[in-house]
This record gives sequence, C-alpha cells and structure tokens, in this order.
Amino acid sequence: MTTAVARELSAELRGFREVQTLAYECAEAVAAQLKPGVTEREAARMQREWLRERGVRDWFHLPFAWFGDRTAFVNFRVPLQFFPTNRRLEAGMPFILDMAPVHKGYTADIGYSGCLGLSPLHDKLLADLRAHRELILREVRERRTLREIYEDVDRLMVRQGYANRHRAYPFGVIAHKVDRVRERRLNPTLFGFGAQSLKGLASDALHGHRDGWSPLWSPYRFSDHPPQPGLWAVEPHLGFRGTGAKFEELLVVTDSKDPEESAFWLDDDLPHVRRWAEGI
Amino acid sequence: MKIHGARERTVATGGIELCVVELGDAARPTVVLVHGYPDSKEVWSEVATRLADRFHVVLYDVRGMGRSTAPSPLRGGFTLEKLTDDFVAVIDAVSPDRPVHVVGHDWGSVQSWEFVTVKRTEGRIASFTSMSGPSLDHFGHWIKQRMKRPTPRKVGQLLGQGAKSWYVYMLHTPVVPELAWRGPLGKRWPKILERVERVPAGDYPTASLPTDAAHGAWLYRDNVRARLTRPREDAYAHAPVQLITPLGDAFLSPRLYDQLELWAPDLTRRSLPAKHWVPRTRPDQLTAWIGEFVTAHEAREGGVPARRATPSGKYADRFGGQLVLVTGAGSGIGRATAFAFAEAGARVIAVDRDAESAARTAEMAQLIGAPEAWAETVDVSDEQAMEKLAEKVAAEYGVVDVLVNNAGIGLSGSFFDTTPEDWKKVLDVNLWGVIHGCRLFGKQMADRGQGGHIVNTASAAAFLPSKALPAYSTSKAAVLMLSECLRAELAGQGIGVSAICPGLVNTNITATARFAGADAEEEKRRQEKSSRLYGRRNYPPEKVADAILDAVVQNKAVVPVTPEARGAHLMSRFTPRALRAIARMEPPL
Repeated sequence: MTTAVARELSAELRGFREVQTLAYECAEAVAAQLKPGVTEREAARMQREWLRERGVRDWFHLPFAWFGDRTAFVNFRVPLQFFPTNRRLEAGMPFILDMAPVHKGYTADIGYSGCLGLSPLHDKLLADLRAHRELILREVRERRTLREIYEDVDRLMVRQGYANRHRAYPFGVIAHKVDRVRERRLNPTLFGFGAQSLKGLASDALHGHRDGWSPLWSPYRFSDHPPQPGLWAVEPHLGFRGTGAKFEELLVVTDSKDPEESAFWLDDDLPHVRRWAEGI
Repeated sequence: MKIHGARERTVATGGIELCVVELGDAARPTVVLVHGYPDSKEVWSEVATRLADRFHVVLYDVRGMGRSTAPSPLRGGFTLEKLTDDFVAVIDAVSPDRPVHVVGHDWGSVQSWEFVTVKRTEGRIASFTSMSGPSLDHFGHWIKQRMKRPTPRKVGQLLGQGAKSWYVYMLHTPVVPELAWRGPLGKRWPKILERVERVPAGDYPTASLPTDAAHGAWLYRDNVRARLTRPREDAYAHAPVQLITPLGDAFLSPRLYDQLELWAPDLTRRSLPAKHWVPRTRPDQLTAWIGEFVTAHEAREGGVPARRATPSGKYADRFGGQLVLVTGAGSGIGRATAFAFAEAGARVIAVDRDAESAARTAEMAQLIGAPEAWAETVDVSDEQAMEKLAEKVAAEYGVVDVLVNNAGIGLSGSFFDTTPEDWKKVLDVNLWGVIHGCRLFGKQMADRGQGGHIVNTASAAAFLPSKALPAYSTSKAAVLMLSECLRAELAGQGIGVSAICPGLVNTNITATARFAGADAEEEKRRQEKSSRLYGRRNYPPEKVADAILDAVVQNKAVVPVTPEARGAHLMSRFTPRALRAIARMEPPL
C-alpha cells in the first residue's frame, strides 16, 4: 500500500469517524432530554432537529425511536412498525434511538440503547452485548463467511437466553454496507431511507451479485461469503421478553493480510464501549 | 387444644372477656389472625405456628366463641361496631404503639374489612390480608350495581352467588340453626369438613364447636340484612390489602371481587386452587404470602421500599411466591417455562445437566420477577443424583408447588438402526427422568397434602406414529400414559398432572439429537437440516411456556400446543388410519 493511498484511506476513515461521533453525541444529547411522556415521534424529531442544526442534510435512514416493548420488536410483522409511533415513555422503560445521518458525504448508522431510570435487566442486556462485539470482530478477522458469523452470533444469543431481534429487520440483516454518498441539493427519502444511500446499496447489490457477495449481512445463502472489504454498519440486537438492546457502529474490513488490520471497529470511544470499560 | 408455645391472656371489653393468645417475639411486627364462622382461633393453629418464628402472632376468640364469653342478650351483641371495639381492645393490649397486620378468614375477614375501612383504626393497621370474606358494604354495592343494570351476565352472577349463599338464609331462621348445631350437625361437622373440604383430620374443630356455631348465627342476623340493604358509602380501605381468593370456594364466587380496586387502592391479588378452609388445607402457601406481604409493608413503614422487579406476568396472582422446579431449564422450552414462571413471581429452581446454562436461566429469572431463583446441575436419568437433588430441594427450598419434567433428548432413525444403547439412553432421559421426577418430587407434594401440579413434557410424537422416530415416540407415548395414570391417582389429593405435547418448536433439541444409523458427518448434516426446518417453522418456545402455565391454571390433562400438534391429536382420535399411512412416509431429512 502506498502512503498516498494509506493517507487517503485514513482521511476517509476520519470522515466516517467524525459523523459517527456526531451521531452518538446526538443520541446522548437526546437521551438526556427524554422524560416520561415523550413520544417516539417527538424523540425522532429531536434527533432530526439536533442533526440538522449541525449540518446534516441527507440520511441513510431517518432517525427511529423505540420505547418499551417495542425495543424488543414485540409483535413486529410489517416494516411499517419500525417507524416511530405515539408510544409514550414511562419511568423504567427501555428505549433505543437509531439514526443514520449523512454529513459531508460520509454516512454513519448508529444505535443507542438506554433506559429511563434504573433497570438491572437492561443493564444485563447491555453488558451481554460486549461478547457479541468481540465475537463479530474475531470471526471477521478469521475470514469466516458472513452466514457462519451470523449463526454464531445467533447461537451466542440463544445461549445467553435471548432472542435475536435483528431477525425482524428487513431481510433479517445483522449488518449492511455503507459508503460515501454524493452530496446533492435535493435529498428525498423513500420509506425513511435516503434515496442516494438506497442507490448506493442497490448498486452494491448489483455488483456484488455478479461477484458473489451481498451488501446485506443476513442468515441467507446470499451471505455465504467472507466479509467484503469496506465499511459495515453492524447491529446485533438482543430481545428478552419485552426488553431489547442493541448497539450499531461501523466495522472496517480491509483486504490486508495482517489480521489486526484486516478488520477493526472504526472507533472505540463510544458510549457502550466506555460503559464496558468502566465495568458497569 | 393448646397451640404450641402460646401465651394466653384475657382482654376485657364492654362486659366481654376475650381469650387472646400470643406467639413469637413481641418485639417483631404483630400479625393478628381473625377466625371465621363456625370456627375458633384454633383454625389458625397451623398458620400461626409457621409464622411465629418471624412475627409476633396474635389470635383471639371472637366474642361468643371458643373461650371468649358471649354478650347478653345475644341479639344485637354481634354488630360490626362491637366487633370493632373488641379488635381495638385486643390491639391496644398486644401492640399499643405499633400498627398491626391483620389477617382474616371467612367472617374474620368480613369483620376485618370493617376494621380496615373505619376512621377510628386509621394508622393502627399496617396491612390486611383477606381470604374468603368480602366486606358486607362492598357486597351490598356489588348487588345494587347488578340489580340496577341487569345484563344477562350480571343476572347470572347474582343468581350464582345467591345460590352459594343458601346458608346465609338458613342462618336467618330462628332457633333451627341453633338446634341443628347443638344436635346432629355439630356432631357430624368434623367428618363433613374432612370429606367435602378435605380438611386433614386432627384436633380441629374444637369441642366448643356447637356453642360457637350457635352463638355465631347472630353474626349474620345482626349484620347481613342491615349492611346489604344500606351499605356504607365510605368503605375505603386505609391500609394495603392482599386478597387471597380460593378458586374452589363453595360459598363465595371469585366474581365478588371484580371491582375491588375501587375500594382498596393498594391491592395485591392472589388466587389458590383450593376450597374454603384454606387456613387448614393450605397453611404453607398462606404463610408464605402473609409473610411476604407483611415484610414488604414493614419495609415501607421504615421508609426503605424493597426494590425489585415486580412480577408482571399474566398469572402473577396464581404463581406469586410459589416454588417451581423445571428440568431441562438450560435451554428451549424448559428455559422459556422457567422465565414465564419467574415473570409470574414464582421462585424458580432451574435444573439442567449443563451447569452454566442452568445458572444463566436462574440469573435471568431473577431479573424478570422471580423473588428467588437457584440453579441445580443434575442428569435426570441418574437415579441417585435425582434423589440427592430431591433431598436438597426439600431441605433448602421447601416442597415444590409446580414440577415441570421437561428434560428430554431427541433420537431419530429407523428401528433397526437404533441400537440397544440408543434405546437405553433415550428411555433413560425421556421416560426415567420423568419417572424419577414424579416419584421423588411428586411424593413430597403428596406427602405434604397441600396440593400442587406436575407438568410432563411429552410430544406430539406421543400420538403420531412415524418410521423415523420409533424410540423417541415410544418414550414420549410412555410419558403421556404415565401422566394420565398419575393424574387419576393424584386427583384426590388436589394435585393436577398435565402432559404437554408441543410439536415442532424452535429449540436446540434438533441440534443435539442423535441420528441412529448415520455416521458423524451425516448426523451433523441432518442435525443442521432439521434445525433449519424447525427454524423456518419458527414456533417460539415462549408460546409453549404460556401453554404450560395455562395448563397448570386450568388443570388440563393433555395439551397439544402447535397447530400441527393439535391437528395430529384430532387425527389420532378420529382418523387413526390416515395417521398410520402418513407414518410410512420418508421424512424430509
């Protein structure tokens, strides 16, 4: 790898890292303002406004908010149920904020789990996510197929006593690729997804289909291939009887032979990672 | 009859002398137990002795009964106002400067409702546990409400309760009840209780029964008509109330308490599959619930509310505080069942041969509502290990109220591919595991004589012949038959037995199943294939767990769960030949 390429790569990664940091800052700022009575719609709007004020004009997908048992996707059947509702937050309720802003052409896709008040159960779920973050990184470095890793994550969740709720996502994905998005003046969204990002995903899917890989990391046969270099937004999602928790962040996969460099999390200074480091 | 360790004294009030006994350390929270009709304080002896090591337990004979003196004349001497005078006199004597916890059964509960809803005892009562005795005022409003807007359902409720109250009308006739009680009825009463109510024989009822019952008739005559026609409008409970409803009560319909929240804002509901005389037939369960309730409301008095996950499950009233043992609780249906019971507030013992997953189940159970949960590691097919476990459980946690024999292994393959070792293994776990569980824990349940329930996880394969599952189906058919036989045997002791036949459920039984006649690689392939099939079917074990709780609550005999299991069950009854034809087909593995 020439230095110029390396420099460009690191410049690019810095761009992604900045927007991911911005998104997590937004999540923490909004989470701090949540109080009993706030609806999911209001929480989603708070995220949108906070990010707009800081220059976000386009989205991979619009911000979501799920409260209470909706964090575990209880009775989710159709994708429309992902959209924020008028469910009101109550004391002791878990919540998840999920947003994917595009900033200066860089995309982030993050998930932030919290709880209004103390909940030992929610703490437990968050703590148990750590093993998944470690497992995913380890197995990606081992170049296992995405489907295998998916099944291992599944098995770990079952062992922990949880249900995998990412199964409820479109195509049951646990992760999807993200890329740079060209900045336009008009940024329409389609079913909550940014048109530009959908275009990128579709073209990835098209190219990938020819080369035998998919930009969606799912339990199906089309994910039966080793991790493709690029940035993956990974979101393992635990559900346990009406309480759900997830994190979502970017995993960088490269074609380097050195295992350390072949895959790494874009940033380790994130709320959930700090939480584990503090031993909570 | 003397209650062990009781200190007796006499409290004088309004010309009456009440016989009061105390047990336990007087510095502990005071629990006052009030008896009903036609009882004396001895009805509480089993509960009182059990509570005495934790609380200061106080019992007294209501005026005119047991060793208390009767008012003269009897007419007008038993009004709720006078009974309240008596109660205040007793608590003045036993706990002058600390509020007491009241527990009432039958008429004891009726009068305690008066205590807990009148102004003059405000601040004197810390909590009230009511069983089988509604407030006459609430009852009056209940009737009025149903008379005013008589829908068919409400009329049905009125007529139902009206029929159950036959004895109330009888007691309003003059002289006859007294004659009956002093004559033949009084003599036969103990035997009637034994036969109809299954009250264990022993030193209850006491010899004073004929006089108690004769005097007690005035409880009804002095109060019922007056209160039911003109119920008080301000009968709001000023203390937290725990309502224990025996579901098989011959005298009171559970419907009576439908809107009790309006009168008792801080209400905890409990229900019990038992008849009317629960202080005699279910002392362990009552002790647990009273103890828990009193402790919770003592902690609140101290300003430190006990903080833990509150049971939120559908059956929290039924399983709260009960002891539930689940085998194979480390995964799948067993784990989901343990969680469902935990959510209903039960204490859970999670048993599995894999220590780590059992521990995990117990840990998570505690996070979602189980007040206590323990993990035990045992192989259910190991007789000695099971015996040791049964001893340990009885010694450390008590007698289990609900036993779920769920542990099982899968085995597929044709009859001639199935080796004797395969047969032995599958029968050892699937059948012998259930036999050991029923034999050891069921025995403890039966010996205690306070009811309970056994759930055995069979399978839809139990009534579904197949050329692919001869050994597994045989073991499960045996479990089904065993359950039905045991159900017949234990019916007389208030112990229900249910067999659950799930069907295709998404658990890891497929991933660990043996495939007889296949080499290691082929076995792995089939395991994966069948796991994928079950995964695509994706019937969650949580739904089976719900069916198990349902089966216990409704005491169902055989419960096929998934639609295909229900279909197969129907076919096995009406079109067995079709099933036999299907059994010849090659399974898609």
